[in-house]
Amino acid sequence: MVERQARALQNVVTPGKPVVFDPAVCNGCNRCVEMCQSDVLIPNAVKGAPPLILYADECWYCGCCVKECPRAGAIRSNWPLMLRVRWKRKDTGEHYRVGMRNPPPANTRPPV
Amino acid sequence: MSDTNCGASVGGQLEWPYPIEYGEETRVEADVLVLGGGLGGCFAAISAARKGLSVVLVEKACTIHSGAAGSGIDHWMACPANPASRITPEDYTLSPILKFKGGYGNVITSYITARDSFEALLELERMGMKIRDTEDEFAGADFRDEDTKLLFAYDYEFRHCIRIWGTEMKPALYRECRRLGVRIFDRTMVTSLLSEDGVQGNRVVGATGFNTRTGRFFVFSGKASVLSMATPERLWIFSSELTGLVGRDGPPTNAGNGHAMAWRAGAAFTMMERSTREEWGGSTGIGALMFSSGSSFATWYPCSIVDAKGKEVPWAANGKVLEAFEQRTHPAPGQHFFSLVLGGGEGGESSLPGLIPDLQQRIDRGEFALPLYADLPGIPAHERRAIFGLMVGQEGHTQQVYEVLTRAGFDPEQDLLQVYSLGEAPPGWRRLRWGGLMHDWDLRTNLEGLYAAGQQAFDSCGASQACATGRWAGRRAAEYAASAAQGRISEEQVSSEKSRVYRPLLEEDGIDWKELEAGIAKTMQDYAGDVLTDELLEIALITLAEIEEAEATTVMARNPHELMRALEVQDILTCGQIVAEACLARKASNRWLSFERLDYPDDDPPEWKKWLTLRSEAGETRVEELPLEYYGPLEENYEAHNK
Repeated sequence: MVERQARALQNVVTPGKPVVFDPAVCNGCNRCVEMCQSDVLIPNAVKGAPPLILYADECWYCGCCVKECPRAGAIRSNWPLMLRVRWKRKDTGEHYRVGMRNPPPANTRPPV
Repeated sequence: MSDTNCGASVGGQLEWPYPIEYGEETRVEADVLVLGGGLGGCFAAISAARKGLSVVLVEKACTIHSGAAGSGIDHWMACPANPASRITPEDYTLSPILKFKGGYGNVITSYITARDSFEALLELERMGMKIRDTEDEFAGADFRDEDTKLLFAYDYEFRHCIRIWGTEMKPALYRECRRLGVRIFDRTMVTSLLSEDGVQGNRVVGATGFNTRTGRFFVFSGKASVLSMATPERLWIFSSELTGLVGRDGPPTNAGNGHAMAWRAGAAFTMMERSTREEWGGSTGIGALMFSSGSSFATWYPCSIVDAKGKEVPWAANGKVLEAFEQRTHPAPGQHFFSLVLGGGEGGESSLPGLIPDLQQRIDRGEFALPLYADLPGIPAHERRAIFGLMVGQEGHTQQVYEVLTRAGFDPEQDLLQVYSLGEAPPGWRRLRWGGLMHDWDLRTNLEGLYAAGQQAFDSCGASQACATGRWAGRRAAEYAASAAQGRISEEQVSSEKSRVYRPLLEEDGIDWKELEAGIAKTMQDYAGDVLTDELLEIALITLAEIEEAEATTVMARNPHELMRALEVQDILTCGQIVAEACLARKASNRWLSFERLDYPDDDPPEWKKWLTLRSEAGETRVEELPLEYYGPLEENYEAHNK
């Protein structure tokens, strides 16, 4: 049973979470903050903690923040639901989607 | 700020993370100012610095990754001067403009690009960007030149478009700027051009700007200025609930600041009446992730498309269905080269093959079952690897497409990626198609000291065009600056601009920038959109003037970032006014300009076959004319101005 409690708050902006940080890996170097084309992120007041997403609605998903991150896995792109495209395996006809609950194994082949 | 409108990761009101320096002022002087640090701006700065001049580059975002190619680019178009090409720069320039644009094209920037883009590409290679298949991953591929190891796209016969590793382009240019001592001012929004003695129409002698994090004000003095900002991308379409403030080809930074400040300074524009209905308003959402879904064009060219039952959608060219896959990349015997008119095809038929033009009707008749899919597994291995391994890994924000899709398990060897791009955008959702500054063979505008590069010049777009024109404009501006003195800056103009810039910070009960931008977009849709008449356009101008005097003067900002957005929207309003004036001035429909006047339906009548140029003078819009062929003989002019 949920607690009988409510708060009066304004609506959130959407999409609201263009990137996701892993606080265990991110050391708060703020390289991503400096690389952002739209200045979506701001440094965290807590030293060493991941940056904050201040202007999520201005992100155009260029990925420069992810590309320039010096610590693999500290930040990743998080496409909003409306952009999570589908595909179908040609031989089996099985359907897949970005963000599905039980995804197939990652394709680890690097780009050219 | 309330605690919820900050996005998922921010809870509660926060201290602004940067020092606030409102009103504090820094004065900077250089021989050459470059305003806008995308590809064109970086090349302009580099070529001016190589002439030994002091150069300042001002960029609203971060030069290392800013601009439309900030995260990458996969095609180097308009490159007929490469050693494997089988077409001359003259032919490459003129045939498409005459045949597919009815003469309404920028011959000067197109020719400079056709002549110089391979040189610019070699410079990028020297700066560390990869342009060749040095690992021989594509050895033996139909699109590879074995001597140079260059990889071509679209037209494997004439070979004028090169596949490149463009994610490294901006970092390479940034390093070169730094190496040459270019002083870079990042996170600095330029707000105005300074005219000598503060008189509109006079020589451009500097610019003002402010830091979008601290609010510090800047006054830049320069003997010459290269304006290299992007085409306005947010004129008709705005919804922050979509992604990226609906910038599609360009990032949300592309608000048309350069257009607006040049207009206020008295610079002449042309082609501003040309806009097209947004074509890719499909279900993936305007504004984000081009090429993240299956397709057959651009980055995905020439991928096969199949329907839900596996039936292949035919390709066609010049009214004939193509039987073989190779025909998509090889012009038929006797046929001329595939011309790649960016933003073209609306006025005339493109020569580039594509899916059958009546696909939608045939879907409606039940011949093809939805959804459609890109059949990467079904195309030759080199093509598949080039599209998904190289192009999708390098183009624009598709680097993230590669990363996100492969992490989610997508495998181009066995998976069909769904096509989402069918369907039209809502009525009135249009995009400006490359209207910009009129210029001469020096890429100088009508204003002394002001040069145009990249999308700032009319009918100019694409990475190779930005680089080639930036390189050219930087040299021409440097040559002028080398023999000129600093101009006289008007302190009155500086202080009046300073008041204008900071005004939104004083508003407490005004309109927010988003509401203002959405209102301007609606005005453009309603009165300067799909249907054009004198009456509607006059209402557009009245409405925009009313907004300018009422709501826009109350736009508010609570920090330097919001101040940037507030000033952007004021610039968007100015750009809307230029568009409406330009549409009103051309009293004839013109299919080449995708320009339909309900009240003047005759298409491209001879008396209207000309450029209309518009500029602002003492509060009035002055309309003048130029013949379409004002550019004169190509080779002669190129040689005379190529110093």
